[in-house]
Amino acid sequence: MFRYANPAVFMRLSGALLPWISAAAALALAVGLYLGFHVPPDYQQGMTVTIMFVHVPAAIVAESAYGLIAIASLFSLVWRHPLADTAARAAAPLGAVFTALGLVTGSLWGRPMWGAYWVWDARLTSFLLLLFLYLGYIALWNAIEDEARAARAAAILALVGAINLPIIKFSVDWWNTLHQGESILSGQIASVFLWPLLIMALGYMLLFAALWMIRIRTEIVNRRARNLMQRAA
Amino acid sequence: MSGPFVSLLIRDLRLAARSGGSAALALAFFALVATLVPLGVGADLKLLARIAGGVLWVGAVLAALLSLDRLYQGDFDDGSLDLIALSPLSLEQVALAKLLAHWFSTGLPLTLLSPLLALLFGLSGDGTWALFLSLLIGTPAVSAVGAIGASLTLSLKRGGLILPLIILPLLAPAVIFGAGAVTAALDHLSNGALGLLSAFSLAAVLLSPFAAAACVRLNLAG
Repeated sequence: MFRYANPAVFMRLSGALLPWISAAAALALAVGLYLGFHVPPDYQQGMTVTIMFVHVPAAIVAESAYGLIAIASLFSLVWRHPLADTAARAAAPLGAVFTALGLVTGSLWGRPMWGAYWVWDARLTSFLLLLFLYLGYIALWNAIEDEARAARAAAILALVGAINLPIIKFSVDWWNTLHQGESILSGQIASVFLWPLLIMALGYMLLFAALWMIRIRTEIVNRRARNLMQRAA
Repeated sequence: MSGPFVSLLIRDLRLAARSGGSAALALAFFALVATLVPLGVGADLKLLARIAGGVLWVGAVLAALLSLDRLYQGDFDDGSLDLIALSPLSLEQVALAKLLAHWFSTGLPLTLLSPLLALLFGLSGDGTWALFLSLLIGTPAVSAVGAIGASLTLSLKRGGLILPLIILPLLAPAVIFGAGAVTAALDHLSNGALGLLSAFSLAAVLLSPFAAAACVRLNLAG
């Protein structure tokens, strides 16, 4: 972990990996979308089932991104890993966008399925709260001017949020069963649907990884430029 | 936990009572929110009784939120926080004392006021009792999570705008369990809401001083 803490090493390594990851992401997304559009219509949902292929992977990435931020924050707080702050900060807007994507695709899927763009379904609701967690985290980063202080404050917030996130999910599930049960498609997924879904999930993850790397690299380059300008001044 | 802890607690309580009476302002805010809701949704007492638990819980959380800047902001601005940090108390103990002071001056009065507002909403006896108990159990969690937010945004000039964004999502479980306890009492069900709320509240009060102390430490270091 700490060998890659040196920004120069990270730049070299990520520079070599980035084209491959981006290409793999493009390939997986292309294949996944092609397969996704050629599945047979689901016997209950018809063709709207294709929305699943863009919705579920977004949700997976959105949740994992918060986990990644929490892990990076732990590294930053405990071991003062110098790249962890940058990594956590770079992941947050991506996570927020994937969360928003999950919400939008979810509500578009909900329109034909539930007859409404928004129902207070447990998963939709906890995703909405996740989006607010992301926004608060980003806002805190942007509000504190001193970079080192902002990094530590944001790391504490990320850890508090990570402890609370499972509780929020549990409470929203509990709340939902208290009000009314919404029967979401449960049970087995046929393999015709499973394969495109898995490939799309892989594509989304690779896309996230590529964008994340680009953002970290940009931040490192920015920092260098700032340092150079300060030295010149 | 004797001398300095208690005197810090008493000092904070005095400040809450005297400086502009912000504890009383939080109560007035709570009562006003409760007055505006019927104006918005109509005077149907059946409907109002149904939503009373949720409305009053949300109102209580917002009212407690308003007074959060009192926790650390004033002490940070005038430098007393530096002196408090030099006291024999650890910052974790300081955070606990401030949390308690905030609850005594905000959460507890809000809880005591709630039966009166429940009356205005036509809440039944069982519902009122459930609301009172759930606020008594749950408002410490509001103060605890709020204290984390207040210490995080300590050095910000416009922290007041960011604070709700950070804290309110984290408080969703408290609102859900708290209002859920009232709904359950209205339906004569027992759904364990108060137990879950107690668990959330205990965990929040236990963990909050550590997080808040870490934030104070980093803000004083600069």
